[in-house]
Amino acid sequence: MAKSVLVDITKCVGCGSCAVACKLWNSLKWDQSKPVNGEKAETSAENWTVVRLHQVPKEREKVWRFTKQQCLHCEEPACASACFARAIVKTEQGPVIYRASLCVGCRYCMLACPFEIPKYEWDKVFPQVHKCQMCPERIENGESPACVAACPTGALKYGERSLLLQEARRCLSSNSNYIKHIYGEKEAGGTSWLYISDTDFAALGFRTGVTSRPLPDYTYSILKLTPAVALGWGAVLTGLYAYNRRRKEIAGETKEKKREKR
Amino acid sequence: MQKKWHFRMTPVRAVLLCLSLLAVVLAVYRLVFGLGSATNLNDRWPWGLWIGFDVLTGVALAGGGYSTCLLVHVLRINKFKPIVRSAMLTSLIGYLLVMGGLFLDIGRWFNFWAPFVSWGYHSVLFEVFWCVSIYTLIQTLEFGEIATEKVGRSWHGFFKKIMPVLFIVGIVLPTLHQSSLGSLYVIEVGKLYPLWWSMLLPLFFLMSSFFVGPAMVVVETTLAGKAHGHQVETSVLQSLVKVSGSVMLVYLILKIADLFYRHKAGLVLAGNFEGYMFLLEMLAGIIIPLIICFTPGLRSTKGGLLAFSLLVVAGVIINRMNVVFTGMSRYMGGSYFPSFIEWAVSIGLISAGVLAYLFIVENFNILSEEPRVKEIAH
Repeated sequence: MAKSVLVDITKCVGCGSCAVACKLWNSLKWDQSKPVNGEKAETSAENWTVVRLHQVPKEREKVWRFTKQQCLHCEEPACASACFARAIVKTEQGPVIYRASLCVGCRYCMLACPFEIPKYEWDKVFPQVHKCQMCPERIENGESPACVAACPTGALKYGERSLLLQEARRCLSSNSNYIKHIYGEKEAGGTSWLYISDTDFAALGFRTGVTSRPLPDYTYSILKLTPAVALGWGAVLTGLYAYNRRRKEIAGETKEKKREKR
Repeated sequence: MQKKWHFRMTPVRAVLLCLSLLAVVLAVYRLVFGLGSATNLNDRWPWGLWIGFDVLTGVALAGGGYSTCLLVHVLRINKFKPIVRSAMLTSLIGYLLVMGGLFLDIGRWFNFWAPFVSWGYHSVLFEVFWCVSIYTLIQTLEFGEIATEKVGRSWHGFFKKIMPVLFIVGIVLPTLHQSSLGSLYVIEVGKLYPLWWSMLLPLFFLMSSFFVGPAMVVVETTLAGKAHGHQVETSVLQSLVKVSGSVMLVYLILKIADLFYRHKAGLVLAGNFEGYMFLLEMLAGIIIPLIICFTPGLRSTKGGLLAFSLLVVAGVIINRMNVVFTGMSRYMGGSYFPSFIEWAVSIGLISAGVLAYLFIVENFNILSEEPRVKEIAH
């Protein structure tokens, strides 16, 4: 079954343990100029997850909130549907993974992603696309992703998506402090990572207004017409070709007959 | 048997040759040192000039081949015969350049064959990739009929025989991938500015690639007339332009209807950058050409025909640039401006295309329909 992570933003203290655990587990390079937590933290080829500090308004005062950012592992990922070499695929257990051996480097996944997640190794001769893989080996062994295992405050919860959704709903209904929205429940057709928060998601840098229709649906609704268009158009052209050739032949014959009569 | 090859060198051609050679050197640099060091692309702008201009615009401008092929070989409209070979040759060269540009733009070029064995058939790009590859092959085979008039003559009969199949497949494939290039941006829902994002994008890309075909033919013919003294009657070009204009009229109506249907028509006059660019695209590229096309006094002159064609070509270029850059910039943020290498390679590719065209026109029978028995003395 599809595994998920529920992020409770009210419980995150911005310690950055998750980002450190991610770096260690995935052997990602450290770069002082690209911090993994704080106000300037941004995901990049070497920063698969970051904890970003936001100062947001809440009840007439400003409060600090921390958002853990990483790939949301969509239920129906646009990046995987955009990849023409199947270098990005979604596994049965939920993670959306990247297979460099098949990647051509077209970067269409980067354009397709509704959350700006895939990043590129621009400084390499043969760059790879990098993003959070949701630690698929760990999940296969029955463990939680490295970031979840490292979280000291319980802000990250790992489990079945349906159970986590139930729990999120319970939180929202029992505690009026929360915004009545589970980010990731419907965004882009649903994601494996779910967020609940006590402050406005847009102010926290989340992209709001994302379509709830899975993105691959849009292109597939057009793409599925291809065989019909190819065959239909091919048949029409063949018909026109034969018809017009025959017409020319008949026109030629009548000309000859007229000449013979003379 | 006439087997002498000749290529006249002129100052303009020498410049083109230098530009092409520079592009070759820079292309090698890019392949050896990577995309990051050769281009200004970044995580916010993963697609730049090479995809936007060399591929998306290039494929559209090279569309003159399939539209003319449809008119001459399938519908058998004989008066368009004098331009068919030239139009199809330009198309072939255009596609070869697109393939070249695409190859330079992929980051892991040693993996270029992956989509042939690992089928991501749910991707629009998969369709584009297969169609463009096969269509380039088809066009090369179509050129076989012309080539075997001069070299490998024993194959000429074979090529003549397979032409009907090539013609039909060679119209179906571009129909599919010209529209698919538009479908590529359908997945940018909520990102591409609403003036351009539409479920009809594939249809808009297909139609514009069709009506820009005749315009390209007129531009080429005008240039060829200057360079090779090959004159095509204005009446032929006029009819061609009328075909183009009719498709454009339908395109314009669809475009307006689509904006109202999506309740986005107000954005045209929003007074922002996107609004102005959209107006420029529609006024210069569609509405003014339509006026020229349907005013007999303007259409019947050489100047009018050329103005129409240059505007339509410019309009399609602006349209593709608007989809790739203008329409995406509000969402993407950040900044991108092509590097010197990106410019030089794009310009060099076009120069190489022009040289290839000139060489083939001067060595094969392209500009006149009947096979030339004797070569014109040079």
